[in-house]
Amino acid sequence: MSGFLKSSIGRKIAMAISAFFLMVFILQHFAINILSVFNPDAFNEVSHFMGTNPLVQFVLQPVLIFGVVFHFLMGFVLEFKNRASRRVSYAVNNGNANSTWMSRNMIYSGGFILVFLVIHFIDFWIPELNIKYVTGDTSGLLADGSDYRYFEELQHKFVPLWRVILYCVGFIFLSLHLLHGFNSAFQSVGGNNKYTNSLKGFGKAYAVLIPLGFIVIALFHFFNNSH
Amino acid sequence: MKLTLKIWRQKNAKNKGKIVEYPIDGISPDMSFLEMLDVLNQKLITEGEEPVAFDHDCREGICGSCSLYINGEAHGPDRRVTTCQLHMRKFKDGDTIFIEPFRANAFPVIKDLIVDRSAFDRIQHAGGFISVNTSGNTQDGNAIPISKHAADEAMDAATCIGCGACVASCKNSSAMLFVGAKVSQYALLPQGQVEATDRVQNMVAQMDLEGFGNCTNTGACEVECPKGISLENIARMNRELIKANLKG
Amino acid sequence: MALDSKIPKGPLADKWTSHKNSIDLVNPANKRNIDVIVVGTGLAGGSAAATLAELGYNVKAFCFQDSPRRAHSIAAQGGINAAKNYQGDGDSTYRLFYDTVKGGDYRSREANVYRLAEVSTNIIDQCVAQGVPFARDYGGLLDNRSFGGVLVSRTFYAKGQTGQQLLLGAYSAMNRQIGRGKIKMYNRHEMLDVVVVDGKARGIITRNLVTGEIERHSGHAVVLGSGGYGNVFYLSTNAMGSNVTAAWKAHKRGAYFANPCYTQIHPTCIPVSGDHQSKLTLMSESLRNDGRIWVPKKLEDAKAIQNKTLKPTAIAEEDRDYFLERRYPAFGNLVPRDVASRAAKERCDAGFGVNATGEAVFLDFASAIIRYGKEQAHVKGLDENNDDLVQSLGKEIVKSKYGNLFQMYEKIVDENPYETPMMIYPAVHYTMGGVWVDYNLQTTVPGLYAIGEANFSDHGANRLGASALMQGLADGYFVLPYTIGNYLSNDIRTGPISTETKEFEEAEKNVRQQIDQFINNKGSKPVDYFHKRLGKIMWNKCGMARNEKDLKEAIEEISALRKEFYKEVLVPGDADEFNEELAKAGRVADFLELGELFAKDALVREESAGGHFREEYQTADGEAQRRKEFQFVSAWEYKGEPKDAQLHKEELVYENIEVKERSYK
Repeated sequence: MSGFLKSSIGRKIAMAISAFFLMVFILQHFAINILSVFNPDAFNEVSHFMGTNPLVQFVLQPVLIFGVVFHFLMGFVLEFKNRASRRVSYAVNNGNANSTWMSRNMIYSGGFILVFLVIHFIDFWIPELNIKYVTGDTSGLLADGSDYRYFEELQHKFVPLWRVILYCVGFIFLSLHLLHGFNSAFQSVGGNNKYTNSLKGFGKAYAVLIPLGFIVIALFHFFNNSH
Repeated sequence: MKLTLKIWRQKNAKNKGKIVEYPIDGISPDMSFLEMLDVLNQKLITEGEEPVAFDHDCREGICGSCSLYINGEAHGPDRRVTTCQLHMRKFKDGDTIFIEPFRANAFPVIKDLIVDRSAFDRIQHAGGFISVNTSGNTQDGNAIPISKHAADEAMDAATCIGCGACVASCKNSSAMLFVGAKVSQYALLPQGQVEATDRVQNMVAQMDLEGFGNCTNTGACEVECPKGISLENIARMNRELIKANLKG
Repeated sequence: MALDSKIPKGPLADKWTSHKNSIDLVNPANKRNIDVIVVGTGLAGGSAAATLAELGYNVKAFCFQDSPRRAHSIAAQGGINAAKNYQGDGDSTYRLFYDTVKGGDYRSREANVYRLAEVSTNIIDQCVAQGVPFARDYGGLLDNRSFGGVLVSRTFYAKGQTGQQLLLGAYSAMNRQIGRGKIKMYNRHEMLDVVVVDGKARGIITRNLVTGEIERHSGHAVVLGSGGYGNVFYLSTNAMGSNVTAAWKAHKRGAYFANPCYTQIHPTCIPVSGDHQSKLTLMSESLRNDGRIWVPKKLEDAKAIQNKTLKPTAIAEEDRDYFLERRYPAFGNLVPRDVASRAAKERCDAGFGVNATGEAVFLDFASAIIRYGKEQAHVKGLDENNDDLVQSLGKEIVKSKYGNLFQMYEKIVDENPYETPMMIYPAVHYTMGGVWVDYNLQTTVPGLYAIGEANFSDHGANRLGASALMQGLADGYFVLPYTIGNYLSNDIRTGPISTETKEFEEAEKNVRQQIDQFINNKGSKPVDYFHKRLGKIMWNKCGMARNEKDLKEAIEEISALRKEFYKEVLVPGDADEFNEELAKAGRVADFLELGELFAKDALVREESAGGHFREEYQTADGEAQRRKEFQFVSAWEYKGEPKDAQLHKEELVYENIEVKERSYK
């Protein structure tokens, strides 16, 4: 396998596999978050389950972290190598004539997503770890014990405008990243056949609708609570 | 037509090059792009300057010699043609045209617009063949029927002329379309099955060794390919490599 | 020296087999000690290099292109003949042999042609095994199409890129041997001389086109697969780099040059558009399967079309002259190339040409579109009388058959050939003449072999379509690698050939001298200026129709042009760098000598045969008139100036075929 990962195609396939995993993760993340719009109780229930279930916490979560880190690192490694494979660049290069902006700038959309993720980690995830594993409060309850804390925390997070804007921009970049990435991943693992055209349509829908959904959630809470 | 040409001039592989501007007049729209360069060169020679060196041979779009990155695109703005078949009617009077060599570390410049594409040859040496001796004692050509569909698809992959436009257009200087086309041609035919595992592994290994970049599926190669080689061939090569690795 | 063609004894059909059985073999251990140089990597050179390496010889292969895959064989479009009789239409080895000899106007060597027909079937099997994607029918079996000059379907094809696919097949066989280290490949190297030691070819001098380095390479035998010399006409369908230099240098070292005047002018090329033209583009002969060739019947219509005041589609059916169908009802538009070309020239000379220069005829697909359209409508149960429907269905079929050619035409001419007839005109395409070889493909210099278009042997005075690929691969895969054994078996004790001998030194000195001369000449005119002028002389006076007066003038003019060339040529740059002008100067210098010999050969041959048409020798209705007393191969020995070349005759004996008037009526 290590030999496979040294070959250019092996790396590209590994990128695709980690991408599939992340796309599934985003889908489930979205599915849970959207509950907060329709049914805060259900949102609380599911959040608590995900936050305390040992399988999720100690098996899936490390895999996720590995997937995220791998995808970013490999992405940077490949980008670095790819740039180095043309030492003298063109004086004039008309990239728009033959490819999309998204496909040529995955490193920038990906890079911004990384910035967003870092902030997201600091903002959501580290406090979460702190409560659960440092403070040792795994009850998932509010300080007064009246209800689960997840929904209220979520609402609270979307009060400051700066965070909502960051959130929206982050997902716009995710959308751009997915507009190329979704189908690219299928191509990388060798999926190019009679279904490719339909898949392309589905990929576009996924790339637009899921990030849009996240943005809608953020705006929903922003307008519903603070104003 | 009156044009301003901005052409990459480089004495040899060791020298640094630069873009030099040449005004040119009296170009007919019926000329091919290379004939336009011929006119420039004849002028340069009689003026005591060195002509612009560029690769060309058949001038009918099949040998794959001609290259040139014209106004930011391999083989220029027209589609499904090589530079030798690009005609000046695609340009307007007064245009400025940038002419650069195909660029990639794996394609070092030899002189001016000429690059060394022997990396492609070496990839082929690594496995671009079916190991059959030319004894004439092979079985009859019709002994194994091959479906028309597979034969046509193999032919489509085999039309690659090895010009390197895919590498030149790719932002990563990847040679995947070229290698994918060759792997596909054999993968689609029963004759190619026996060596399929070794072939794809060896050719990909050589491709990586030559210093080409990684494919990121931008699809620029497919658009700029003068022979319309499909991205499907890259997907097929990826599949072939996965299969080969699973087999071990 | 008397010419000995070394044709084996015995009945025609057994000659090759019995000859192969009697060839001396070299044992595998000894082959490792023998080096063979192959110059040129097209179908002939590439396939020969691969096979020789497979047999165990050490091969050094040379090409001037940046890769063997770019040799001009790649541009062959239509197909390759083989007597497989898969279509069951009565084809056989004998019939292919017969068609080829007849097509060559009874000026080729019987035994060679029969061998070619015999091994043709092996070629198809071999190429299929190599993964060449020939066209197949829905049953998965190999498909065939028909070609000019024959009445059976025996042409195998891979879309309109058969030459490309076959060359890539040979290239892949080479790659395998290069990978194994059995072939050492020298790309971007040009051969500039043959080195003859003790009367045997023992090496070559090359110039590295990138660095300008002059190199000596030795071998026990030298094989030339360097192609034809059509570029002596400047404008031809050959690649820009195609040249006669390797063959001509061999000629100067003692190899006889045979039938230089036999040139094939291909009828279906895109007409010349202006003075800037650098080369001509061929449209596959397969177009004549469905396209009908015509010019207007009335001179005033032709004038109107020339002035662009009348559209070809506006000319009524009864005012069109389908001159090939009129003159040759049996073969119609599928007459051999020389006949079709001459007929087109005849009409244009009479003023019926259809483009601005008056040098073009129409190739019309309108009736094919209607025919196919009706057929499709019938098959699909649609209305056969609906014109629009028939048109669109018909165009679909034509597109599937010739789409890539139509597209190419549109790119070059900027007219849509689905809507208006194509314009075509004959152009120089192939040279049947070449280095004289015997049955073993050996030239008059021992150890020096010539294969493919570089030799003269198989096509007589005219080559049939789809036969060049056949001959190149036959020579390279199946003939030369065996016949060369006879010669090399005497060399097993020779050991490596040293390049430090006076012969190599002398050859290298000659090469350097010529290069220095060009670089230091500092004349006033670029190489192309002379090449274009040579081309004009050749086309006007040694082209499709020749006569004594013109040929005599041509000899004088070429000789004078050559002198002017050496005085006035301007080669910029230096010798020790990439310098295309320098390479071109060397090639044009050789063309300037060959051109004169060409004209001399045409002058001596007082008859018309195939591609050689002497106006003085034609039948009452304008057909080529062969003469019994010219039933020989002209083999020219170099004696200094081309005009001093000495003629040797190889009489052609036809024992198995009756020499008849070649009629396609």
